[in-house]
Amino acid sequence: MSNATITPPAPGTNSLSAARLPRWSPYAIAVGAVAIGCAIGLGAGLGSQIQWGLIAAVLFVLGTYGIAAAVEGKRQAKDRVATSVVWVAFILAVIPLVSLIWETVSRGVKVLDVFFLTHSMGVVTDYEPGGGIYHAIIGTLEQVGLATLISVPIGLLTAIYLVEYGRGKLAKAVTFFVDVMTGIPSIVAGLFILSFWILILGFSYSGFAGSMALSILMIPVVVRSTEEMLKLVPNELREASLALGVPKWRTILKVVLPTSIGGITTGVMLAIARIAGETAPVLLLVWGNPLINTDPFQGPQSSLPLYIYQQYQNSGGSPAAYDRAWAAALVLIAFIMILNLVARGIARWKAPKTGR
Amino acid sequence: MDISTKTTAPPAPTDPPTPSLDKRGARGATRPGDRIFLGLSRGSGILLLVIMAAIAAFLTYRASMVLSKNDGNFLTTFEWNANATPPVFGIAVLAFGTIVSSVVAMAIAVPVAVGIALFITHYAPKKLGGTIAYVVDLLAAVPSIVYGLWGALFLVPHLTGFYSWLDDYFGWTGIFEWQGGAPRTLLAVGILLAIMILPIITNVSREVFRQAPLMHQEAALALGATRWEVIRMSVIPFGRSGVISASMLGLGRALGETMAVATVLSPSFEINASLLDPGGGTFAQNIAAKFSEATEQGRDALIASGLVLFIITLVVNGAARAIIARRKEYSGANA
Repeated sequence: MSNATITPPAPGTNSLSAARLPRWSPYAIAVGAVAIGCAIGLGAGLGSQIQWGLIAAVLFVLGTYGIAAAVEGKRQAKDRVATSVVWVAFILAVIPLVSLIWETVSRGVKVLDVFFLTHSMGVVTDYEPGGGIYHAIIGTLEQVGLATLISVPIGLLTAIYLVEYGRGKLAKAVTFFVDVMTGIPSIVAGLFILSFWILILGFSYSGFAGSMALSILMIPVVVRSTEEMLKLVPNELREASLALGVPKWRTILKVVLPTSIGGITTGVMLAIARIAGETAPVLLLVWGNPLINTDPFQGPQSSLPLYIYQQYQNSGGSPAAYDRAWAAALVLIAFIMILNLVARGIARWKAPKTGR
Repeated sequence: MDISTKTTAPPAPTDPPTPSLDKRGARGATRPGDRIFLGLSRGSGILLLVIMAAIAAFLTYRASMVLSKNDGNFLTTFEWNANATPPVFGIAVLAFGTIVSSVVAMAIAVPVAVGIALFITHYAPKKLGGTIAYVVDLLAAVPSIVYGLWGALFLVPHLTGFYSWLDDYFGWTGIFEWQGGAPRTLLAVGILLAIMILPIITNVSREVFRQAPLMHQEAALALGATRWEVIRMSVIPFGRSGVISASMLGLGRALGETMAVATVLSPSFEINASLLDPGGGTFAQNIAAKFSEATEQGRDALIASGLVLFIITLVVNGAARAIIARRKEYSGANA
């Protein structure tokens, strides 16, 4: 490599005058590879389209390298292969993700209507068609709402501590454990509340138990995002306020927080979106309930992710239950995506003005 | 800022009031409002530490209650019969399944994620790159249960052809032998987990690649390097530790994933060398599957396995964060 760059290239091999493949060559090679891949797939009678795709991808990479090496030289050939490998990686990743969205939407709309949204599973067994997700929506909203009520104050105050006051060992420990807490598997959070709230303190399954576990998952996310936002607030604003004799706590409440409120809201909404889809702690702590239970502090409830799981798991493969599971998945995804989009909209709108 | 301090420095009068200011202002804790606010915010910081300690303490406490009664060896028994009167249970199969499925997921996801990250930062047209980054962000938000439903009802039925192909051509390795059962095995779980952890690895790697010093890249280009050579010589060396920590964050998520595994895997309490034949479960999947029929003693046993999972993820995440922190320090010095 270093040799190639230091020694002046021989007149014939100068990269500026050397032969180059035309711009359309990657597309031509891609089309050729797909065609040959399909031909081999059909000819050999391979059942799965995945194999066709793999063969086509391998052919494409080999073809690119061979042709480019012959025309442009080895270094260019490697560059082209790298380019095509990166493209292939991208396409490989897009296929399952597109398929996921497509399956959810196309299978989900089958039973999704107003009836589905406004009825519970009270008189319907899991094997029969009918029923809906009203009880699950109520459960999700209440559990997520309670979790938000618990974690937002704690998360905000912790972030304020870390940014505005935090020096020394305690702040370092808190920072480290917030990071570690982000990685706690949701089922472990569920087991913790189970051991502490249900097995030791003797309470029964309830939406509130679930929301405690959810807030363990939510707090670190809120802390992290709020911290980032508070750090963006220009120091001049704090200094100006303090110089006017305003106490520090009023400075934080009246100057720092209002400046960063847009970003904080975004962070909180993203955190809500994250926990709204959590199933494991809800499975352990809320238990599930086909009936409408509006009291999150008393008795088992349901929730959207748990509903999906139970429709899948307990129905013994009945198509009606699968349809309901897909429809509930569609509702859940729509809910989370809307939260995400709104959150990002707010972030773009009210981005803190750095400097002036 | 600089100018104002320079201009105010010469006059002396700022000096005398400082002692009294020091008392009230510098500490910021003498006013009752300040004291309360500091107390509250420090208190919630401490509360976080208490929660972490409590998780470890309560899980250990419940686990210890059942571990002493265990008739099998917790580490080596190939059985999970925690409801029986002398309970017999061991985590060998769970540890095997958890590690194998996560390793498969990493082997698939890391190269692809690095590819996508490079695609976004260095290959795609700028607008397309931004859009993809946005979509990847959104995909990180898709709940795991939806991945699980998709995996069980769409991915698994479509894997049979792939499984028989693997068996035909790579069956001789032993890892890819297939007896012909339903493809609800560790390989399917690994593939699904790979899809799930792709967004997080992509996001972190993308950030790191984006920060790669532009000067190095332009210098390499000026020396006549091709785009791939620029990436190999200046972007990847810069981003290596970032990619490692991103992968470990992904690994942490794969290790603890519950619902996607619980819907896709059909667990069996044996260890099988082949990824295509039934064998193995995972910690989280076992907890979700066994929980509803578990007695109190059975729950304690599940908590014991959860404690092991907790420790594993703690170590993996701690290591990832340590790498990130170290990297921050020296890249800060460079900047």
